[in-house]
Amino acid sequence: MSQLESRIPPGALAEKWSRHKSGIRLVNPANKRKYEVIVVGAGLAGASASASLSELGYAVSCFVFHDSPRRAHSIAAQGGINAAKNYQNDGDSVYRLFYDTAKGGDFRSREANVYRLAEVSAQIIDQCVAQGVPFAREYGGLLANRSFGGAQVSRTFYARGQTGQQLLLGAYSALSRAAVSGGVRLHTHAEMLDLVVVGGHAKGIVVRNLLTGEVTRHAADAVVLATGGYGNVFNLSTYARGSNATAIWRAYKRGACFANPCFTQIHPTCIPVTGDYQSKLTLMSESLRNDGRIWVPRNRDDRLKPPASIPEVERDYYLERIYPSFGNLCPRDVASRAAKRVCDEGRGVGESGLGVYLDFSDAIGRLGEAGVRERYGNLFDIYHEITNEDAYKVPMRIFPAAHYAMGGLWVDYNLMSNVPGLFVLGEANFSDHGANRLGASALMQGLADGYFILPYTIGDYLATLKPGSRPPADGPEFMQAADGVATVTKRLLSVRGRQPVSHFHKRLGHILWQHCGMARNREGLGKALQEIPALREEFWANGLVPGTGDSLNQSLERAVRVADFLELGELMCRDALAREESCGCHFREEHQYPDGECKRDDENFAHVAAWEYAGEGTAPVRNAEPLAYETVKMSVRNYK
Amino acid sequence: MTSKTFNVILRVWRQAGPGREGRFVEYPARGVNPDMSFLEMLDVVNDEIAARGEEPIAFSHDCREGICGTCSLVINGKPHGPNHGVASCQTYMRSFKDGDRIVVEPFRARPFPVIKDLVTDRSAFDAIQQAGGFITARTGSAPEANSVPVPKEVAELAMDAAQCIGCGACVAACKNASAMLFVAAKVSHLGLLPQGQPERDRRVLAMVATMDGLGFGGCTNQYECSAACPKLISHDFIARMNRDYAKALFHSAFRPAAAGGAGA
Repeated sequence: MSQLESRIPPGALAEKWSRHKSGIRLVNPANKRKYEVIVVGAGLAGASASASLSELGYAVSCFVFHDSPRRAHSIAAQGGINAAKNYQNDGDSVYRLFYDTAKGGDFRSREANVYRLAEVSAQIIDQCVAQGVPFAREYGGLLANRSFGGAQVSRTFYARGQTGQQLLLGAYSALSRAAVSGGVRLHTHAEMLDLVVVGGHAKGIVVRNLLTGEVTRHAADAVVLATGGYGNVFNLSTYARGSNATAIWRAYKRGACFANPCFTQIHPTCIPVTGDYQSKLTLMSESLRNDGRIWVPRNRDDRLKPPASIPEVERDYYLERIYPSFGNLCPRDVASRAAKRVCDEGRGVGESGLGVYLDFSDAIGRLGEAGVRERYGNLFDIYHEITNEDAYKVPMRIFPAAHYAMGGLWVDYNLMSNVPGLFVLGEANFSDHGANRLGASALMQGLADGYFILPYTIGDYLATLKPGSRPPADGPEFMQAADGVATVTKRLLSVRGRQPVSHFHKRLGHILWQHCGMARNREGLGKALQEIPALREEFWANGLVPGTGDSLNQSLERAVRVADFLELGELMCRDALAREESCGCHFREEHQYPDGECKRDDENFAHVAAWEYAGEGTAPVRNAEPLAYETVKMSVRNYK
Repeated sequence: MTSKTFNVILRVWRQAGPGREGRFVEYPARGVNPDMSFLEMLDVVNDEIAARGEEPIAFSHDCREGICGTCSLVINGKPHGPNHGVASCQTYMRSFKDGDRIVVEPFRARPFPVIKDLVTDRSAFDAIQQAGGFITARTGSAPEANSVPVPKEVAELAMDAAQCIGCGACVAACKNASAMLFVAAKVSHLGLLPQGQPERDRRVLAMVATMDGLGFGGCTNQYECSAACPKLISHDFIARMNRDYAKALFHSAFRPAAAGGAGA
């Protein structure tokens, strides 16, 4: 069993971070350049960390599998970023942002981490504005805000429907500046395929060049993983096609604990699936729920009628009906489950019956079409391109889709995993969102980790190492890891079966969506735990990976990632089965209140489940880190 | 949406590697659903190619929602295909009809060498960005965000430029392989904002010098670039950049130090 020490500092919640920062060990400025830090990933967390660490003087190498660091999937985040600025004078505060986020996560996140996140949120906005992020402004020139789900204040900063793009370009520009000044060495087309652990500490990585197939070894004093989330395990998701779990999965197999893998967010407002060929699902920003009203027909016989022909009294604005105080802005898990329920009742709209209306006719009446266009024009355009429908005229049809992973590698308060020297940032870690993430808080977390947390906490670890003490990259651990990588590649190419990799990815996605999606139960999870290992076996016996390993081979890239998803999917189901309660996104049908809401079991499950790899063919070990809420009382979430 | 499926023939550029000789190869795409995206259609064709034991067509893609700038196809001679204001990944098969012969090529420009099939190397854009596409703002040193008001119109105009997804369609569309629209978008976004003023001169000089050094051509005002831009970025920004550049040259004639390489 691993010893999981959360290292939460003592003292009052509001003082923990400042006290901790004051007590953290420092690295002498002249010594910083002697420490080599590897950062994997250049999304919001990775780019901001790389730039900030290099500004401090560390020697940073940043590895991305994309052709450019600017392509990371943070770029696709639409709606916004939360910050406790209280510019709207509506009563916001660090405490409120903290409380909303902790409650939104159904009290399954770590209280001290969430408070710190809220605390540094305001600084993030300052930093981004200084970099030239063109946030929306009021006529007076000051920053504008909008509302997001799970909150009753307006604290979300945004740049049209492209907030993630603008924040990422800000972080990318800081990274570019660091790259030209020599502080960061950038490696593109470089996919991390193993973590190297020497003497119990993370000391490097093994990388495969996606253009040449060359496998290289890189030694460092610390390794930072900022590789994003694993929601593509569902195949159909709002993630980019390249998003994958491989880096964190390989780290897991090297001893890093994987926390709460079953906590995956299903986002309520995505464009519904249309066919079997589909490769991805497109999100319609949550910000649309500010002005759009969600409904289905009261009567299931009306579900295929033109929506305009259904009179007001025959419509069921079910979120407004069930959750009058939060209405259409209730949290994502709640909204998704409600959509599933009305579709299960046979009232879903569109041909598949898997859809609900998101209707802007009231907003258009209130603001005019131009007003709606100014706020959401680009989203309406995206919707039109995909569906060929004009949402100014007919309501959008939306349905939930996999969107984010709250689970991830376990980290302590310093964002260090249980493998010393391995740090994990952003969506790749587990710490801040509990069992459900609120809208506009992923961007906040990625940048908080990279700009304002890791640059402090990494020093506390590096200060314990002698400068120049890192092992050479040709030591036995490095050679063994590189051999392993080459072997897996060779094995995938040698199967030469009959089914393309996409076939297995689709089937895995079906199993998980069915049994480990918006609703889970013992029987279904048991079934999935039979089906996934069988599918994995079939993949290794009958998978078809054409081409060779010594040049660009996109089929091979995907095969490597799907092979890891086929293992991760099983761990997700194991985790979902072991957590005998419902909380946030994790809805176990056996554990619900009569009104269908989540029934938590704080007595037995107020903990983080951190899974520890125990070798191939052996069941992983479930470690538990108790969640101590010192300041907030764990209450039953109520958005009614 | 039930839609009638149809068949098309793809004429695709195949090239085994950098500097290798390439050629067009024809592939039938059968049972195409009009609601499929162009890239999804390629996925299906690729699975068929793989099943025959051949190597699938390599093409760049990632987010598939028009924002990451990875996808980069020239479809029937047009970068990002027949539709205005969208990327290749946002091109849907309903734009084509039964029996169409569709020519698919990579972005063609000397500074964007072909890596394989439809995949090109666009790292030249990163080099231009590194030359000066930033505002120096060390983490932790930023003033309070509302301490510098930015007029709404200015913020909106900066955002119009900042929307650039860095795909390179502007270069592919230009007969001179000019990167002026890309560079102008970056220069204008940062140069419009009050935060971007201190480095305004050195930014435009360094980015333009790098652009020229990498072999991108000059602008001859045909505006193919903004017509092909998936974000419809206006060529007005090129005029703005030219003005900034002239001003910066003028300033640097009197203050030579200001023209130094940015970021050093």
